[in-house]
Amino acid sequence: MSDASSGGALAAPDPAAAQPADPSRRTWIAITAGVGAVGGAFTAVPFVSSFAPSERARAAGAPVEVDIGGLAPGEKVTVEWRGKPVWIIRRTPEMLESLTKTEPQLADPKSVRTAYPTPDYAKNPHRSIKPEFFVGVGICSHLGCSPSDRFAPGAQPSLPDDWAGGFLCPCHGSTFDMAGRVFKNMPAPDNLEVPPHMYLSETRLLIGEDKKA
Amino acid sequence: MAEFKEAPPGASVLVQGTTWLQNRFPTAFEAYRVHMAEYYAPKNMNWMYFFGSLSLLVLVIQIVTGIFLVMHYKPDAALAFASVEYIMRDVPWGWLVRYMHSTGASAFFVVVYLHMFRGLVYGSYRKPRELVWIFGVAIFLCLMAEAFMGYLLPWGQMSYWGAQVIINLFAAIPVVGPDLAILIRGDYVVGDATLNRFFAFHVIAVPLVLIGLVVAHLLALHDVGSNNPDGIEIKAKKDPKTGIPLDGIPFHPYYTVHDLIGVSVFLILFTAVIFFAPTMGGFFLEFNNFIPADPLKTPAHIAPVWYFTPYYSMLRATTDVMVNVLVVLLAVAAVLAILFGGFSRKGKLVVLVAAIVGAGMLKALDAKFWGVVVMGAAVLILFFLPWLDRSPVRSIRYRPGWNRWMYGLFVVNFLVLGYLGVLPPSPGGTVVSQVGTIYYFGFFLLMPWWSRIGEFKPVPDRVVFQPH
Repeated sequence: MSDASSGGALAAPDPAAAQPADPSRRTWIAITAGVGAVGGAFTAVPFVSSFAPSERARAAGAPVEVDIGGLAPGEKVTVEWRGKPVWIIRRTPEMLESLTKTEPQLADPKSVRTAYPTPDYAKNPHRSIKPEFFVGVGICSHLGCSPSDRFAPGAQPSLPDDWAGGFLCPCHGSTFDMAGRVFKNMPAPDNLEVPPHMYLSETRLLIGEDKKA
Repeated sequence: MAEFKEAPPGASVLVQGTTWLQNRFPTAFEAYRVHMAEYYAPKNMNWMYFFGSLSLLVLVIQIVTGIFLVMHYKPDAALAFASVEYIMRDVPWGWLVRYMHSTGASAFFVVVYLHMFRGLVYGSYRKPRELVWIFGVAIFLCLMAEAFMGYLLPWGQMSYWGAQVIINLFAAIPVVGPDLAILIRGDYVVGDATLNRFFAFHVIAVPLVLIGLVVAHLLALHDVGSNNPDGIEIKAKKDPKTGIPLDGIPFHPYYTVHDLIGVSVFLILFTAVIFFAPTMGGFFLEFNNFIPADPLKTPAHIAPVWYFTPYYSMLRATTDVMVNVLVVLLAVAAVLAILFGGFSRKGKLVVLVAAIVGAGMLKALDAKFWGVVVMGAAVLILFFLPWLDRSPVRSIRYRPGWNRWMYGLFVVNFLVLGYLGVLPPSPGGTVVSQVGTIYYFGFFLLMPWWSRIGEFKPVPDRVVFQPH
C-alpha cells in the first residue's frame, strides 16, 4: 500500500535486469509453472464437482402415483414430481374443441421441437394419451415460472380478445392453449413439457414412468 | 526500511508510543500520508462526489448488520423463512438489524447508481482513469450477485421464483445451458442445496471479492487522482516549490469533514425509511415475499426488486419481433460501416461476413437466449465506456448543449425501463421497453460517433471554483 505514490519518481533500474537471463533456468521456471498450473486445475475438479446435485438429490426423482377418479370435467389437480408441479386436467368438450381453433396461432402445434421432447403417445393435437386428460409439467419453458390458469374464454387483462382458454405465465406473459401448446411470438419457445406417464388403471395414473422405460 | 528512530529523552508517552509504532509499522503512517493527509483532491468537487464515500458507508453497514443476522438466521429450506420471522419478532432489536440490512441493499444501489451517473457526466472514466471505472463496474456486478443471492435467503415466494427465473437465464445458453443451471442449483429445481450455496456465496465468497475490488478501486483512484466537475487534470498545474497541485486540497481534513455532511443527510433519509417505510410500498421488500416459498405455485405477478427492473425490462423486450428488428438494425449498421466506415477491402469483407453470421445466429437461436444476451450486455457494455467515448473534453460542462438532452433522456429512459419492469407484461409496455432497449444500446454503441460531433466549449486552465 505504501508504495502507491501519487507522482513520485520511477525507481532506479534494477542492476540484475541488465544481465542476460540464464535460459536453462528460464526453462525450469516455465516447466515448474506449467506443472503447477496443471496440478491447480486438477485440484479444482473436486470443488467444481461438489456443485453438482448430491446423491440424495439424484435419488429423489421417484415416480408419483395419482388417483384421478374424483376429478370433475374442467378441474385441475397439481401434484409434485421431482420438485416440479405436474398438472392433471380433465378437459371439457368445449376445451377440447378450442384446440382446433388455436392451432393456426401456435408456434409448434405438432410438438416437433426437441428441447423438451414430447413422448410419442402425446404427439397429437390434444397432447395426451386420453384426449380428456392432459398431463403436463406446469413450468413455463421460458424461465421456469408456473403459468396460471386462464380457462375462461373471452377478453381479459393481459390476454388477447379472442382468447379461447388456456394458461398465462405471470412472469413474462407467455400464453399456452388448453393442451399446453405455446402461442407464436411469445418469450417461451417451447410447449409445456409432457412428463413420461402411464395409466395403471382407469383412474390410477403414474407420473415419471411410461411403458417404454 | 527506514532508519530506526529514538524518541527524544523526556518525551511524552504519546510520542514514545508513536515512535515505537513508526519503527515497527511504518506502512500505516505512510498509508495515512499517501491516502489521507497528502492525497490532494480537486477543490471544486460538488455534492455529486458524496456518493463514493456513501457507498463505502453502506458497505460497512451491510457487513456489520449481515454479521449480526447470520447469528440468528438458518440456511435451511425448512427453517429459513421461520428464522427470518424469528429475527423480526423474537430477537431483541432483530427487526432493526434486519430492516437496516434490507434497506441497506436498496440504499446501496441508490448511491451506486448516482455514483456511476456522476462518473458518466463528468467523464471520470476517461484516460487515465479507465481502470478505476473498470474496477467500479466489477464492483457493480458483484453487488448485483450479492443482492440476487441475498434475496433468496428469506425463502419467500419472491425469493424462490426470482431465483428460479434468474437461474433459468443460464439454461438459455445453447448446448451447456441446462447442465450449467443444474450445477448452479445443485438440484433439478431450486431447493435446499441452492439455498445453502447461495448463503455461502452471499456471506463469504462475494463479500471477499467485493472488498478486494473496493481496495483496488480506491488504490487505482489514488494513483491517478480524482476527476472533478470540470474534467480538468489538476496535476497539470502544480506549485513549482511544493509540487502540490494548485487546485488540490488534502483529502483529510477537507473532504473527510465535507463528506460528514453527506453522511448526515444520507442517514436522515436512511433511518426515515427504516422506521417509517421499511418495505417502501413493496419496492424494497416485496409483499409476496412475506409468503413462504411454494415450489408448486408462482405468485400472480412476479418482478425483481427495483434495482434490477431496468435490465429485466430489456430481457422481456427481446421477443421474436425484437429479434427481427435487431437483424434489420445489424444489416443497416453493416451497410453503413461498409460505405462510410473507412475500412480496407479486406475489412469490408470481414464486416459483411460478421454481419451475415450475426444475423444468422440471431434467427437460428431462440429469442429467449437473446433476451439473456441483451440483459447481460446491458451491464457488460459499461466496461467499454472509456473507449466508446471519443469526445475531446471530459466533462458535460464543456460538451455541446444537446448532449445534456442525450444524458437526460438516458436517465429518463433508464427510469422508464425500471418502472415497466415492475409492472405485469403488457403489449404497450413491451413496445415502449423495446424502444427503450434500443435507445440504451444506441447511446453506448453510437457514442464513438455522436460524442465527437457538435460544438465544444473552451475548457478553462484552472477549475471553476467560488470560495464560500
